[in-house]
Amino acid sequence: MALISLDRVNRSFGALTVADGVTFDVAEGEALGIIGPNGAGKSTLFNLIAGNIAPESGTIRFLGEDVTKTPAMRRCIAGMGRSFQIPQPFSKLTVFENLLVAGAFGRNRSEADVAQDCAEVLRKTGLLAKANTVAGALSLLERKRLELARALATDPKLLLLDEIAGGLTEGECGELVKTIKAIHAGGVTIIWIEHVLHALNSVVERLLVLHFGKVIGIGKPEAIMASAEVREIYLGIEV
Amino acid sequence: MNWLDTIVQGVLLGGLYALFAAGLSLVFGIMRLVNLAHGDLIVLAAYLILVIVSVLGISPFLAVTIALPLMFASGYVLQRVVLNRVLGEDILPPLLVTFGISVVLQNTMQEAFSADTRRLPPGDIGTASLQVAGLNIGVMPLLTFASAVLVIVVLNQIFYRTALGRAFRATSDDATTASLMGIRPSRIFAQATGIALMIVTIAALYLGMRANFDPSIGPARLIYAFEAVIIGGLGSLWGTLAGGVIIGVAQTVGAAINPEWQILAGHVAFLLVLLVKPRGLFPRAVD
Repeated sequence: MALISLDRVNRSFGALTVADGVTFDVAEGEALGIIGPNGAGKSTLFNLIAGNIAPESGTIRFLGEDVTKTPAMRRCIAGMGRSFQIPQPFSKLTVFENLLVAGAFGRNRSEADVAQDCAEVLRKTGLLAKANTVAGALSLLERKRLELARALATDPKLLLLDEIAGGLTEGECGELVKTIKAIHAGGVTIIWIEHVLHALNSVVERLLVLHFGKVIGIGKPEAIMASAEVREIYLGIEV
Repeated sequence: MNWLDTIVQGVLLGGLYALFAAGLSLVFGIMRLVNLAHGDLIVLAAYLILVIVSVLGISPFLAVTIALPLMFASGYVLQRVVLNRVLGEDILPPLLVTFGISVVLQNTMQEAFSADTRRLPPGDIGTASLQVAGLNIGVMPLLTFASAVLVIVVLNQIFYRTALGRAFRATSDDATTASLMGIRPSRIFAQATGIALMIVTIAALYLGMRANFDPSIGPARLIYAFEAVIIGGLGSLWGTLAGGVIIGVAQTVGAAINPEWQILAGHVAFLLVLLVKPRGLFPRAVD
């Protein structure tokens, strides 16, 4: 069964079409990568899936239910976790408090119930030593890890990662990929927007290419990367 | 004239101003909402306590336990139904709406309770006093100050020790992100305003027992509250208490020099602090 499916989802901002008949499914346990040039509508697609913006037409189904009109906080409780391209931690809260808030409200449980799981997420994401640091004082890599950790604290079935490897050094990126692989191996379905292709391709089973809000290709990474259209649009290679 | 006595009275009076200010500070801190009706809400709470006292014939201290949940509910509904709609990037709509609420409250209270001055009957406690180190300290001002400290301690506990408090801080940090974490900002804001109006009710209890009140005195209380919040530094509750104390001491010292200078001295102290430390004594909020 598809965990999430989009059916002819449309959205524009004025004259700019950012989602144009977007249709795709992601199966439970799958990892899908999304690539496309800047301004292709990738982050908007996440906003549509997570529910911060509403589509003008089309349907979004999550776990078989129509969630097109469901508010973001309900989608979070239903099992969508999201990390932002630009890390947006609650900067005055400590790292652990960031997770507690996400865990308690995102799962609709008490803090005492989720504290143990939050500690486990901290361990998994390598943030245990920073548990009591105020989030505003973290380095970029740590902020990216916190984005991931906070999304995980909501115990997601679907994890939306927005350019989480961007701006990291090669070594940092490798470590993050390892963490994401482990999360994926644990059964979490992942949709991952990324420009760092080698990181992306080492995790995902399928790639989706977005261009001006349109899906112009979806399939195995090798096939997508070999396609002439994708090479021209995305990599800017004349063919 | 006994200076020590004057200063002690001022410090205790500062407790009342801190109570005026704590609710304002809470709401501003969480949702960047400046509630211009704050002072009128204090007066409204005083009338509510007065009505309960006269209908049930009980002491104001008992009446306040009935008023507290009622005011929490009013705050919750006010935020859900009215204020949440005007919160946004633009700070003007909430200012206009709360200014409107202020006008409506003043006129409604005038219509309902007339312009006569009223007072909450404090009972024997109103005139009781303690002898401490040669000073005569009124039990009522002492109780006011203790309540202010208690309110601030409880608020800090809520902020840093409970899930609700973390949600307050998270939402204050970034409401959009918070909603993606399963928090419903509209509900968090409503609870915050509910709690603010409970503090308002406690402030009203001491306001009404300490002096006369009538429907028109709200805006002046708002000014004292603002000054206390700004002197203390936005977002710091203990700073708010310090701000209240500074205004209180300035007022009693001013009054001791010349009774006409009481109010003026408080405002001058506020201006002086602004000159020296424009961001307040204990600034915490970044913006």
